[in-house]
Amino acid sequence: MTMQTVGRPTRPEDVQPLDSGFASLTGGRGLLQDEALIFERDGWGKTGVDLPAVDAAADDLGDLVRTSPIGLPGLSEPEAMRHYVRLSQKNHAIDLALYPLGSCTMKHNPRLNEKMARLAGFADLHPMAPLPTIQGALTLMDRLSHWLKTLTGMPAVALSPKAGAHGELCGLLAIRAAHEAKGDPRRRVLVPTSAHGTNPATAAFVGYSVTEIAQTDDGRVDLADLEAKLGPDVAAIMVTNPNTCGLFERDIIEIARLTHAAGAYFYCDGANFNAIVGRVRPGDLGVDAMHINLHKTFSTPHGGGGPGAGPVVLSEALAPFAPAPWVVHGPEGLTLVEETVEEAAQAFGRMSAFHGQMGMFVRAYAYMRSHGADGLRQVAEDAVLNANYIKARLSGVMTPAFPEGPCMHEALFDDSWLEGTGVTTLDFAKAMIDEGFHPMTMYFPLVVHGAMLIEPTETESKQELDRFCEALIALATAAKAGDVDRFKGAPYLAPMRRLDETLAARKPRLTWKPEPGVAPAPLAAE
Amino acid sequence: MRYLPLTPDDRAQMLGVIGAATIDDLFADVPAAARKSEPFDLPHHAGELEVERELSALAGLNRAAGAGPFFCGAGAYRHHVPATVDHIIQRSEFLTSYTPYQPEIAQGTLQVLFEFQTQVAALTGLDVANASMYDGSTACAEAVMMARRVTRRKRAVLSGGLHPHYAATTQTIAHAEGMDIVRQTVAIDAEAAVIEAIDSETACVVVQTPNVFGVATDVTAIAEAAHAAGALLIVVTTEAVSYGLLKSPGEMGADIAVAEGQSIGNALNFGGPYIGLFTCKEKLVRQMPGRLCGETVDADGRRGFVLTLSTREQHIRRDKATSNICTNSGLCALAFTVHLSLLGETGLRQLAAINHAKAQRLAKALAAIPGVEVLTKRYFNEIAIRLPGNATQMVEALLEDGIVAGVPFSRLDPAAGLDDVLLCAATETTLDEDIDAFAQALSRRIG
Amino acid sequence: MRFTKDHEWVSLDGDVATIGITAYAAEQLGDVVFVETPEVGKSVTAGEGLAVVESVKAASDVYAPLTGEVLEANAALAEAPETVNQAPEADGWFAKVKIADASAYEALMDRAAYDAFLETL
Repeated sequence: MTMQTVGRPTRPEDVQPLDSGFASLTGGRGLLQDEALIFERDGWGKTGVDLPAVDAAADDLGDLVRTSPIGLPGLSEPEAMRHYVRLSQKNHAIDLALYPLGSCTMKHNPRLNEKMARLAGFADLHPMAPLPTIQGALTLMDRLSHWLKTLTGMPAVALSPKAGAHGELCGLLAIRAAHEAKGDPRRRVLVPTSAHGTNPATAAFVGYSVTEIAQTDDGRVDLADLEAKLGPDVAAIMVTNPNTCGLFERDIIEIARLTHAAGAYFYCDGANFNAIVGRVRPGDLGVDAMHINLHKTFSTPHGGGGPGAGPVVLSEALAPFAPAPWVVHGPEGLTLVEETVEEAAQAFGRMSAFHGQMGMFVRAYAYMRSHGADGLRQVAEDAVLNANYIKARLSGVMTPAFPEGPCMHEALFDDSWLEGTGVTTLDFAKAMIDEGFHPMTMYFPLVVHGAMLIEPTETESKQELDRFCEALIALATAAKAGDVDRFKGAPYLAPMRRLDETLAARKPRLTWKPEPGVAPAPLAAE
Repeated sequence: MRYLPLTPDDRAQMLGVIGAATIDDLFADVPAAARKSEPFDLPHHAGELEVERELSALAGLNRAAGAGPFFCGAGAYRHHVPATVDHIIQRSEFLTSYTPYQPEIAQGTLQVLFEFQTQVAALTGLDVANASMYDGSTACAEAVMMARRVTRRKRAVLSGGLHPHYAATTQTIAHAEGMDIVRQTVAIDAEAAVIEAIDSETACVVVQTPNVFGVATDVTAIAEAAHAAGALLIVVTTEAVSYGLLKSPGEMGADIAVAEGQSIGNALNFGGPYIGLFTCKEKLVRQMPGRLCGETVDADGRRGFVLTLSTREQHIRRDKATSNICTNSGLCALAFTVHLSLLGETGLRQLAAINHAKAQRLAKALAAIPGVEVLTKRYFNEIAIRLPGNATQMVEALLEDGIVAGVPFSRLDPAAGLDDVLLCAATETTLDEDIDAFAQALSRRIG
Repeated sequence: MRFTKDHEWVSLDGDVATIGITAYAAEQLGDVVFVETPEVGKSVTAGEGLAVVESVKAASDVYAPLTGEVLEANAALAEAPETVNQAPEADGWFAKVKIADASAYEALMDRAAYDAFLETL
């Protein structure tokens, strides 16, 4: 035989793992790079763009011209690409795994929508371009409005609000304008204790005082308390439906009736519309105003915190007070009402510059058209089915906050099952990270102790739900078995361990500052 | 339905685990009167090809800014965005992540925000920046309300050079919160007039530079007057590239600076999503709206970043929060930061110089036309011109020549009586031939 | 030293009351990261807001136990809010208030009564 023995070994060596864990020599973690800030690189004076030389001088500007350096480093293109791609790898994302944040509706973001929003006719379109050149954009806004109005059973929609909280503000301003038009300015807004923080914040913003409404033991608005607190000074109630406990407000029609009987308006926080889209029309429930988070129900990406879009549907009573602008059909095509005069004299004003989040409108409309009316109904059904499946599978080891009856699109657990384990809701959530899952929403709603709110959304497969449930069951079993260190020190396997938020808040460092003698100082301008 | 993974078999099995007979059982809490059983009068689901066809047709009905000579500005500017920017913001880990509330698995977003805050503070010459607002106009309204919290005064004076949409937004939102908003008469050089309007009840004065007519102003004297009266100076900028050439708001004494950041990294998008920049002096930070990212260490002592000073925000402070803002413009902030990291100081200064040079060329070409008056003397990349007739009609006429000439001021503010004023912007995307074509066509139309 | 059911403490020296939050409150709040102290010269009314104490996750109002006028605020807390955790009933004081009515002080709980009150929580 010919014995060829050169070459590399082809199976791992049998080496015992290091007792104290393995540490690299440089602090590196395999392919996960420690990445310095752009200010800590050698980028002073560099640039990653090639621009033509300028021959003109800015001598017409005199002493308006900046004379001191700005303090901005630059990166060449390969450095910039690598820097931001490395950073990206430290993030969890819906494209990587289930992202069960209750109330946030982290569903799949179709890439068709991204492609459509980048068509030059939408992305490279100026908001103040002449009307004959923007007919396609106005048509899209008109069609989106039609879908939103039809799905909600409401006669009007204000598209311009830029996020859910901005939509709440829009709705309450319309309500305030309607009361003032009747010569009956009212001073109070009722908000359930389980509400999103934006609700009381918005009401206070508009100058209303906030009165809380109690919740019943089964997680709904306490009708008796509502009735007691309604009065001639109440401008509106703000109720989330399905509510933040993931439950449908069974008495919603009665809530609306009582509210209207007191001369108040019914603002519905539509953050959880995903649970009922295609099956329930808020207009049939007696709602006067509701914002729709296009970045939740209609799948526009969350982008690490935004942008969103929060169009507000309005009842007949509130429609005349909608803010500018809006699209109208005219003899020469579509046009925009941009000023609060003439036919728009009752409009309460303007929510922002220009016409709203067009980039989000395109994405949301592409999503609606893809699903169609039939698909959207299936969205709600699958979202609710997935949440109930999680609730059913986890109820053996965790304690559902409201065990009786079905939940809607999210399953809420309390922390009573952790009692005596030494593990808190926070510890449990951080340990989920080591198992490859993003934590659920924790400690919200405030009405449930140690709340864990799980919203899987409809875009999870049964297989992924099972994988998730099995991970949580294993963790819950470990917690009850006294494996406390697994939780207290978690996460161990994430890009970072638990961070010191106290230090961050006590000694705020909100910008990078050069440390004298250590970091490079910004170069003076040429 | 391509976005839904569950099969009919899955659904049946899952209902079995839940112990429900049908999906309707799970909707049992919905009152019978509110159950929508008949189908909606809307189209059924559609494949990618069909959807793409419909949307492409709609996009085709618009004329993209890049389709020919184009001079619109007025708070939204067409700039070239490097291809790298769009690639980075479409990375799954940035595009499809949530607000970084779990910092251990969101360091990517958080470090970007820390870089963003540092860049924005440097650009504006102020100490701290937040992690973004919706856009420049809402940032302006928030700044005015912040001034109320800082000074405990209710009166805000808006310069007549403030973008009319910004003034209207501030009027709507800050007035609702209980402030008295005094908007001064709209005029090309309106800035100096704010000084006389400052009194002992004034919380803030709001001055835009370059203003809506493109006029760049040194606001130092206004800052001094405001401070002497115990008021704050808020400086608004709608063209962020101007920071590369002009003195920063901080250098001129601003207490708060807000800006529209769209120009850096973000497309025109027909008006949104955009990105509000918000910066202030360090001592005011606890009255700031919006999210803030700060530096800290993890359990192993490694540097990391977290959202901090959250007690200002709605999810903790509820009705006592500094603002109701929750969702912001995170991804637009990423685009801004990537673009600005590519530019660096060198690139930004050069870009600003090119913009200014293009505007000089435009101003010169238009000023040479008999009957046209260039109203803006000291500008960055935008000028206001007076035409011999109605600006809206002239824009429509020039459209027939293939030229989008700019924004008639009357479209922003019909009540100002400036129907003959046209706002024209030039950027690095403007070709010299575009300027020549515009000047020739305008000359012909006037002649 | 006297105490309130809202977990403020007061010690009186002549007509000057020094006010802070109790060790129990400091423990319950967790790591204090910021204290918004009142302006000197401000008039405060018993039972109304005097200061705000913030942890990472919460902001809590601190009520004035007695009516009076603020003479001094504890400026050291701006740089070292952790003092509230380290020495809540000493160096971690919030404000000194000149009071008009010393009898109101006597009406507050003494240490034994406050400890008994804590037992009921």
